[in-house]
Amino acid sequence: MSEQKNLLEVKHLKQYFDVPNGFLRSLKLKAVDDVSFNIAEGETLGLVGESGCGKTTVGRTILQLYKPTDGEVWFDGTKIEGKKTIHEFRRNAQMVFQDPYSSLDPRMTVSDIIGEPLDVHHLYSNRKEREEKIGHLMDLVGLTSDHASRYAHEFSGGQRQRIGIARALAVDPKFIVCDEPVSALDVSIQAQIVNMFEDLQKKLGLTYLFIAHDLLVVKHISTRIAVMYLGKLIEIGPSDELYHRPIHPYTISLLSAVPVPDPNVARANKRIHLEGDVPSPLHMPSGCPFRTRCPRATAKCAESMPELKEITPGHSVACHNL
Amino acid sequence: MKKDTQIKKNPLSLQLDLSSFEKATDEEKFLQQRMRESTTFFKDGMKRLSKNKIAMISLAVITLIVLIAIFVPMFYPYDYGQQLGIVAGQDSDSSYNNLRPFEYGETELKRIEAGEKIFPHIFGTDAHGRDYAIRVIYGTRISLVVGFFASIIVLIIGVIYGSISGYYGGKVDLIMMRIVDIIYSLPDLLMIILLSVVLKQTLTPVIEGTPLGKLGTGMISIFIVFALLYWVSMARLIRGQILSIKQQDYVLNARSIGAKSGHIIRRHMLPNCISVIIISTALQIPSAIFTESFLSFLGLGVAMPMPSLGSLASDALSGIYSYAYRLIIPAITICLIVLSLNLLGDGLRDAFDPKLKK
Ligand SMILES: Nc1ncnc2c1ncn2[C@@H]1O[C@H](COP(=O)(O)OP(=O)(O)OP(=O)(O)O)[C@@H](O)[C@H]1O
Ligand code: SF4
Ligand SMILES: [Mg+2]
Repeated sequence: MSEQKNLLEVKHLKQYFDVPNGFLRSLKLKAVDDVSFNIAEGETLGLVGESGCGKTTVGRTILQLYKPTDGEVWFDGTKIEGKKTIHEFRRNAQMVFQDPYSSLDPRMTVSDIIGEPLDVHHLYSNRKEREEKIGHLMDLVGLTSDHASRYAHEFSGGQRQRIGIARALAVDPKFIVCDEPVSALDVSIQAQIVNMFEDLQKKLGLTYLFIAHDLLVVKHISTRIAVMYLGKLIEIGPSDELYHRPIHPYTISLLSAVPVPDPNVARANKRIHLEGDVPSPLHMPSGCPFRTRCPRATAKCAESMPELKEITPGHSVACHNL
Repeated sequence: MKKDTQIKKNPLSLQLDLSSFEKATDEEKFLQQRMRESTTFFKDGMKRLSKNKIAMISLAVITLIVLIAIFVPMFYPYDYGQQLGIVAGQDSDSSYNNLRPFEYGETELKRIEAGEKIFPHIFGTDAHGRDYAIRVIYGTRISLVVGFFASIIVLIIGVIYGSISGYYGGKVDLIMMRIVDIIYSLPDLLMIILLSVVLKQTLTPVIEGTPLGKLGTGMISIFIVFALLYWVSMARLIRGQILSIKQQDYVLNARSIGAKSGHIIRRHMLPNCISVIIISTALQIPSAIFTESFLSFLGLGVAMPMPSLGSLASDALSGIYSYAYRLIIPAITICLIVLSLNLLGDGLRDAFDPKLKK
């Protein structure tokens, strides 16, 4: 798998937000801090972490929806920089949004929502071709053509997410950021949508950055998994290895919280309970961001942020005390 | 199902008795599956509006008033400036001044005796012998025109200013909104009076002889006042709308597919605040009419001999003890217009944007 060429390279990506703090003063919120990873063509990288750790921000910054504070994004061998490459990039990289309710314009019909990317990139020569393309996309995500003239608010969450996926597929992209596409949905529907993502990947040769906070979903769909904590990437590795042999103390605690279907295994796995709360991203601890809750923390952890080091091929961890 | 297998029902319990339900037939099930008709936002709103009795009555009243104001002067036998007692080449006939409703002047009485049919002076005449009914109708026309155009001015300035401020945000927004705050904090009536007085002096020589001259400096200053002062609340409203829409995920979604600013404003932002724009324009009209009447009442409005509802009321003040109806008629007309427009605006708001309901 490591022989494959990288479709997306993210290098030292940073996204700092200014948060107003009193009159004309502001604090820096380091939502994403020095994150680097690659995604090979055709693979799925799962991105997990607690709520607020910056997963959405990573996805949106990669797609240049937020201007990166620093760092580079390379796609298919070109650096994404400047209006022209960004516009071209958006024909190849799309996003499925976290919230299927707020991410679709309430004043547009389904066919307009799906057809809008076609309009923006002039991807048809006449109305009939537009209609056909929309029909084909709806077919692809399991919507029927009589849904076309309806408004998004007339649909259930799962159907809305299908509309959102059809819209993302409209420009025939190579890469899709799936931002927690199932966490707003009913458990019974989650599996359908996840399976659909897998089918679409096979059919269309897509590459995914699949964001979720549910490790089981991510493990099911991902080739590799990356774990984030407070804006930093702390562990990244092949899906199975990371799941069965997690190394970073935070990943270990995350995995111990995953419910296991087999009661014998569940009893053997002791649940590790983390002390304390996630620190505010506005007041980050010095050194390793996890040290306030880490059972292994030492003096060194307060001094410097550990670098991401490769432990076994393809499996890297950022921790001083392994 | 046998009786004894059923759970014994407590007579006080609200538990449903399953045996009283019939099984749905296949046909009924099919009917349940059909989704409701897809309606557009506009159709939905109109449906809700047409169910609102008060709004529909107001709409009827407004339509009637507008139709009268537009068409009646076209074939009315008298003109708003025509002094009936003054005929070229004759002495002025004071019998036409201050006629009561349905009375006639001396020469008219003679013609009636001779068998001629004369159109009655429904509301009598004023102190200069002008038919009062046509003056009220014409005044209504002027008031409506002022209300309509003043609202358009407010709409255009407010929407452009507000959407620029909201869309660009940051420092641009900060500066633009401070300007709005300053204008907002000026005592508006005082400003209107001062501006009207100043404009009256400076504008009179400029517009002398032009078509604008007939309109009078008063009217022009009313429009200028509206353009200068009254757009601020509209601008604030639009800015707030744009600001909140800007943060919606669907706008980000539009950017993620590569849409440009112009496309986003046209296809996403304006359609999502169009209801607010329509509603606040509808509510702006009565406020403009009220301001115009008020200014005309103070003698700062339309130029003589052109009537407006406010100047008619003002003129009527001098004869209030003998001719109270001359004050009451334009006053009632103002009330009718303002009230029904306000009620219609409220109805529109409820129908199109229930969120705005206070
Ligand atoms: N536009 C913004 N301006 C300022 N702060 C922001 C902005 N967007 C996100 N943040 C902050 O950045 C941090 C990371 O947010 P982000 O939405 O990326 O988290 P997340 O991992 O996606 O969480 P969730 O699982 O809840 O979606 C949060 O502390 C959030 O408050
Ligand atoms: S670097 Fe220190 S604090 Fe951070 S995870 Fe490792 S042991 Fe814990
Ligand atoms: Mg998120």
